[in-house]
Amino acid sequence: MKKEEPNFPPQQLPSDTSRRSFLTKMAVAGAGLTLVPLMSPAAEKEVENTMVLPIEVNDVTLTINGQSHTLNLDTRVTLLDLLREKLLLMGTKKGCDHGQCGACTVLMNGNRINSCLMLAGLCHGAQITTVEGLANGDKLHPMQEAFIKYDGFQCGYCTPGQICSAVGLVKEGHAKTDAEIREAMSGNICRCGAYQNILSAIKEVQQQTA
Amino acid sequence: MDPFKLVRAQTNAAAIAASTSQDTKFIAGGTNIIDLMKLYVETPKQLVDITGLNLNQIEAQPDGSIKIGALVKNSTLAYHPTIVKQYPVLSEALLSGASAQLRNMASVGGNLLQRPRCYYFYDTAFPCNKREPGTGCSAIPGYNRNHAVLGTTENCITTHPSDMCVAMAALGATIQVQSAKGVRNIAFNDFYIIPGKTPQYETILRPGELITSVTLPHLPFAAKSHYLKVRDRASYEFALTSAAVALDLSNGKINNSRIALGGVGTKPWRSLAAEKVLNGATANAQTFRAAADAAMAGAKPYQYNAFKIELAKRTIVRALETVGGMV
Repeated sequence: MKKEEPNFPPQQLPSDTSRRSFLTKMAVAGAGLTLVPLMSPAAEKEVENTMVLPIEVNDVTLTINGQSHTLNLDTRVTLLDLLREKLLLMGTKKGCDHGQCGACTVLMNGNRINSCLMLAGLCHGAQITTVEGLANGDKLHPMQEAFIKYDGFQCGYCTPGQICSAVGLVKEGHAKTDAEIREAMSGNICRCGAYQNILSAIKEVQQQTA
Repeated sequence: MDPFKLVRAQTNAAAIAASTSQDTKFIAGGTNIIDLMKLYVETPKQLVDITGLNLNQIEAQPDGSIKIGALVKNSTLAYHPTIVKQYPVLSEALLSGASAQLRNMASVGGNLLQRPRCYYFYDTAFPCNKREPGTGCSAIPGYNRNHAVLGTTENCITTHPSDMCVAMAALGATIQVQSAKGVRNIAFNDFYIIPGKTPQYETILRPGELITSVTLPHLPFAAKSHYLKVRDRASYEFALTSAAVALDLSNGKINNSRIALGGVGTKPWRSLAAEKVLNGATANAQTFRAAADAAMAGAKPYQYNAFKIELAKRTIVRALETVGGMV
């Protein structure tokens, strides 16, 4: 599995035809940056006039997967949207956007949190680790290895959040029995029902790090 | 969310000075306010980031009480050795709430000030006296299975959702608040109000006031305490009913007790009436049941939550039996 380099900040967009890049081109065209002629000048003007530009902004400096970023952001930007929309680190998923599903789980200063409820502006000086930051080059994190070994995912959508949450759980060091691990992972839900195998993966990593 | 200014406060005084208007709120963990802002239930024009303030200590005081800074994380408090050993009801209550991720983000002060979970309050399409005083209560004629049976009024019937608060109510904690006028200490039961003429408020806190700490009194018998939470799901859900109890027992006789209820009251519900039945009595099922009856006397059922009255009584009895070593 080749690890793709994240493309941030997007100055020159890839010229593929994915829906994300088409919509981004629309937004970028409206902001008057890199222009790709896809609409008439009148239509482009209309897009520009209806775009919502940031009203209140804030400077924030934070470290994500070992890389420092200094950004000027709309105060409403959550850490989740910063990761996915601005930095194109799309491993972390948006499930419910209200702190109820755990798909957005990342590690902040070593602790697992729901990035959908964390304002980016409150992350000043923080160290963030996302699923993209767990592996060491081509060497997967033990939790990633365990999830593969025990088939801890089906569709994979909850999986980055499950893995980050599991890494946080092991570091916390409180959950020991099956029941305790299940309880401690209750903030991550899985519609495919991979729970039993996720439990097995976590137990293996706990035994390795014991 | 509506646009808002975000300012970082470096000192308590700066935070207080920045927060004197109704349109300004403090933010620490953000787990409640950001949720509500995404739904336009809360629409502050300014948020004051207080995460840099020096309010994260848990300190034993000379008189044996424990002072907990308002910025202490829920997870930190739950696992603190002194809390686990001397106030297990508080540790159990914290760990029964939310998820690990939310407990890592949420502050003690934020937990005290969390807003209710009534789905009509949450949905701006519905009339709600708490969100907009005078528009009416949608829960009273509506689907009110999750709502309160104690402390309700014709204006509002929503339960207070916090587990931590039920434990702190039982322990008789004191909340310290700082404002431009200075510092004051407020008894836990006085901090919360039932939704009488002002359903838009859950507490007596007003703009320009900052919670700095909560203090647990020196209470040796709290070492024998327990939190029982009853809900539809096994985890990650609010209480239908819950009980925080503590018993001071010698030779089967109750010298002293604490009882507070969750899931059934419009505020964290300390029950002095139940404690009066227990104190001096023999610790057995009949005594516990009599205390439960006293706790729920005057409870008012609504169309979908009448079951809570009996369920709450059984929750109290079971919690007392657990602490009394009888189950």
